[in-house]
Amino acid sequence: MRFLQNYPRFLEIAYDVTHNLLRPFRRWLTRGGRVERFFVRVEKTSKGAIFNCRMCGQCVLHVTGMTCPMNCPKEMRNGPCGGVRPDGRCEIFPAKPCVWVQAWERSQHMPLYGSQMLNVLPPVNRSLHRSSAWINDFTGDAQKVPPGWLP
Amino acid sequence: MAAVTSIKAGSRLERVLRSGRFAVTAELNPPDSADPQAVYDRALVLASVCDGINATDASGANVHMSSVGVCALLTRAGYEPILQVSCRDKNRIAIQGDLLGAAAMGVRNVLCLTGDGVQTGDQPEAKPVFDLDSISLLQTARTLRDGGRFLSGRKLDSPPKLFLGAAENPFAPPHDFRPLRLGKKVQAGADFIQTQYCFDIPRLQEFMRRVRDLGLHEKVFILVGVGPLRSAKMADWMRNHVPGVVIPDAIIDRLKGTPASRQQAEGKKLCVEIIQQVREIAGVSGVHVMAYRQEELVAEIIEEAGLLPRRGRAETSAAEPKPKE
Repeated sequence: MRFLQNYPRFLEIAYDVTHNLLRPFRRWLTRGGRVERFFVRVEKTSKGAIFNCRMCGQCVLHVTGMTCPMNCPKEMRNGPCGGVRPDGRCEIFPAKPCVWVQAWERSQHMPLYGSQMLNVLPPVNRSLHRSSAWINDFTGDAQKVPPGWLP
Repeated sequence: MAAVTSIKAGSRLERVLRSGRFAVTAELNPPDSADPQAVYDRALVLASVCDGINATDASGANVHMSSVGVCALLTRAGYEPILQVSCRDKNRIAIQGDLLGAAAMGVRNVLCLTGDGVQTGDQPEAKPVFDLDSISLLQTARTLRDGGRFLSGRKLDSPPKLFLGAAENPFAPPHDFRPLRLGKKVQAGADFIQTQYCFDIPRLQEFMRRVRDLGLHEKVFILVGVGPLRSAKMADWMRNHVPGVVIPDAIIDRLKGTPASRQQAEGKKLCVEIIQQVREIAGVSGVHVMAYRQEELVAEIIEEAGLLPRRGRAETSAAEPKPKE
């Protein structure tokens, strides 16, 4: 299913449509119950197959060129490190392409969300690991920044 | 040149940059030793020719004396250190504590880095942390300084006064994203930038053109990384083993075409030439000299590039510099 990542335009529309379809049911999208367990399973399977999802629980795929930044060995959320090889491969795993080189290219084909890559993302909330990103999105947990975080 | 705004940390480096002078910083490679004298010996050859000394934080993921330790020693001796903080080895709790501790020891400059992966270093079995990345680290440091609080929101009795730096590599892909990423770093709180080694002037010129188009050179001081190559062999090794270092074939060929006994001198000459070319580029505020295991050459390089004298008496006094027009 990884090939789907090469169709970022399709994926951003799919994201948008899913978001709109789930919105009317947001009342039932709560953490810690059967609904969450179901979502976790679905997300693990679907996002795992397409994006090699690491279940960070705060999905930012639409902001990062439909490429999972948690696949970067340094888990960079704000863009590529300075170690990217001249051929666009990873500093740490030379056999792999840099996640952020791919993310940047793909974001160029995303008229809806591509420009959001320029926003500064807060640090990952590690306590959301293995929870459902969709549910966290509707409860607002995914968008929460550390309490002291300057705007 | 970055516009004059209010002084944020009052460090010597900040004063030099805000006064519009071309700044010079240099990298100190921390010793594998518990003897403070090892730090002072290395600092001595750098201090009189530069405006700030970077203390690396286990660069290349190789363990050495800690950056906080080196900086604490340097401030005791009256030197101007730049604390390097990498996200590889410490989580947000340790990093915020270190920023306070360093500031209490008199450190006024911090370079916020993501850090090389543990796999490139001498202990690849270590656990990589990467709780923050360079940009969230910058904003964390800014939260401490300007917000006067920790990330948790807890108030600081006395916020650290820090001049915040970040790195950028104009020579690594994706090239068209690099200037925009610099913009993100400025947004997150970068006051100055130190770049990766520059051996490719046309690429730097292209990068700086975009930076000027975006108006970033007016918001942040950019110091371009430079350094002498000891030999063709070392250049080849660096290109293949040091993450993010891009050395064009022309440079390697030039060194290869020089007899082995004169390659070090040629490498130094090349470094001086690069500094002189970098100075001509609009929006560049200084150079950052990284002379790995050739610290003794730094003074000669800076002198030959025409960047001396560096520390007039006025600069070392606490007097405020005259604002630039």
